[in-house]
Amino acid sequence: MVRIAVVGLGKMGLSHHAMINAHPRVKVAAVCDSTGYVLDVLNKYTGVRTYTDFDAMLREVELDAIIIATPSSMHSKMVKAALDKGLHVFCEKPFSLDTKEGEEVTRMANEKGLVNQVGYHYRFVGAFQEVKRLLDGKAIGEVTHVKAEAYGPVVLKPKGSTWRTQRAQGGGCLYDYAAHPLNLVNWYFGAPTGVGGSVLNKIFSQDTDDEVFGTLFYEDGKSAQISVNWSDESYRKMSTKITIFGTNGRICADRQECQVYLRDEAAAPTGYQKGWNVRYTTDMTEPVWFYLRGEEYSAQLDYFVRCIEENDAKNNVNSFEDAMMTDRVISMLIADAEKGPSQRAGDALPEAPKKKKSWLSTFSS
Amino acid sequence: MDRLLFGDNQFFGVNHMSEEKARAQSMRFQDIRTVINVLDSAYDEGVKSFMCTTHDRIALVCDHMRTNPERYKDFKFMPCMPYAHKYANAVTDDGMIGALKRFMPDEGFLNAAIRGGMSLAKKDIEGITTLLVDAEMKMFAGLNTPVIFLQNVVVDLLLGLGFKDAFRIFADHVKNRYNAEPAFITMNMPMLLDALEDVGVDNPIVCSNINKMGFRMCGGFEAYERALREKKFRAIAMSVFASGAIPPKEAIEWICQQPNIESIVFGASSRGNIHNTKELVDSYWPEKARIPEFA
Repeated sequence: MVRIAVVGLGKMGLSHHAMINAHPRVKVAAVCDSTGYVLDVLNKYTGVRTYTDFDAMLREVELDAIIIATPSSMHSKMVKAALDKGLHVFCEKPFSLDTKEGEEVTRMANEKGLVNQVGYHYRFVGAFQEVKRLLDGKAIGEVTHVKAEAYGPVVLKPKGSTWRTQRAQGGGCLYDYAAHPLNLVNWYFGAPTGVGGSVLNKIFSQDTDDEVFGTLFYEDGKSAQISVNWSDESYRKMSTKITIFGTNGRICADRQECQVYLRDEAAAPTGYQKGWNVRYTTDMTEPVWFYLRGEEYSAQLDYFVRCIEENDAKNNVNSFEDAMMTDRVISMLIADAEKGPSQRAGDALPEAPKKKKSWLSTFSS
Repeated sequence: MDRLLFGDNQFFGVNHMSEEKARAQSMRFQDIRTVINVLDSAYDEGVKSFMCTTHDRIALVCDHMRTNPERYKDFKFMPCMPYAHKYANAVTDDGMIGALKRFMPDEGFLNAAIRGGMSLAKKDIEGITTLLVDAEMKMFAGLNTPVIFLQNVVVDLLLGLGFKDAFRIFADHVKNRYNAEPAFITMNMPMLLDALEDVGVDNPIVCSNINKMGFRMCGGFEAYERALREKKFRAIAMSVFASGAIPPKEAIEWICQQPNIESIVFGASSRGNIHNTKELVDSYWPEKARIPEFA
């Protein structure tokens, strides 16, 4: 049995608690949250041991691992304390708001050989895994451009203040929504060499962004564009979509399906043909032991547990290091957005090269 | 229960196969009259039970039914509550207690409970649960609601947490207050059956995915087969077509061979599809082959 504690019982923490508690090889040894009445109800009805003091819990409860789902600004400190205790750590995204702190705990986890994972659940969605497989097999040839989008109805009017409404606390469309498509792009293509044209715009929020746009540049000339908006009521729930253009075709994937157009049959993977191919979630989804809100949420926790059981900190999916790549891109987007446009109307334009006289003009003169 | 129940996913842009199809459906059913037209088709084809979320737009359907009592005298609503998105968003915005306050018909009750030393007694939790059920049931006042479902996101959250008493509280309230059958939707049927047994909810109505390819049957295909053979419960099969991955004839033929299934819930957007599904079920599931309903 793997003994786990869950810290932070908000929307993510509570659902992690439910899923991991149902895992046949896990014992939830304690939960920790700052609000007493939530703990009180859980303790009264489920008997789970509860704490409001994180450090006291670490001192008093025998644990193998911890799931951290507190507001992002608290992550680094809690992760550090858990690693100090020798615990394997699953942490919610975004991983760290401070790159230096993030790097420090990443180093720590690696040195200690502890399993470390961050909750970018899209890497466990069948359709997005299929995209990775296709890209690794060069199915669409050389990739030239990527469009990564996410839209949904989170902030539809001005709201009261919580940590989720403050950029400084890790709230906002960039940290909450855009982090996911960025993380997928990082998974598929690695770290970009730079970003440009970044826009972090408010629609209804006071202290953070509601829409995010930007371009990621890669060494080989490839580029990726991010388009994200969490104030879009026309979507029923968060919808993430990746479109990838290559020399041999195009991939378009969301959580439900993966559509692939292939120009040339020669490069087609087994089961794929020239022209359009569509794979649905029903074909691509592996069964899970417990379902609450999508197989991917269960699958990522199961993967974490299996890494602990096999003492395998080398094959982490969404390791701290992977998550740091996304954190760094987020920091670059913030810095770039503050600069505003790189070329303004009215700025001097480079002089156009003078036209050479053509052979025609020699005749006409 | 009728053996064919009509679902409502298609009306709200829920499609597990394709977001494009989901959007097309949202557009098509934007006007509530289009929804009512499809319900009329179902009713006229003999599909008279409607399993529906407590979405705001369902209130409009309820209004329509109330103004035409003669036309819809055999129409049965089977409300599925709560409409989870509404609560999930509220919890994200306002925290758990803030969200509760927003949906409680009587805010004073909750405030008093929380002021009382930040500690909620068991009777308070019962009170909150029953008040929330009542708030969701308001839109169905005066209509026939023989079965009331607790929706899967909530059922499975409570199940995972081990908060089993909540099932008992819900079941008792639905029986006592609405004289209706309590029912549960889940993605984890075998595990839920054990939990319901533990808290003494006998012979429960449980709706879960049951399909030939095992899609979203958590706990495993064999555990589902065993439960259908051995457990005492009233099974409703949903996602029989596995979101369209299984051809209709094959899907219905298979589901009708499984033991102990009392009803099938399905969604359709046209009279033709409703008719075809009904015809398939009638041919593969003749009346005499059906299990007698448990009391």
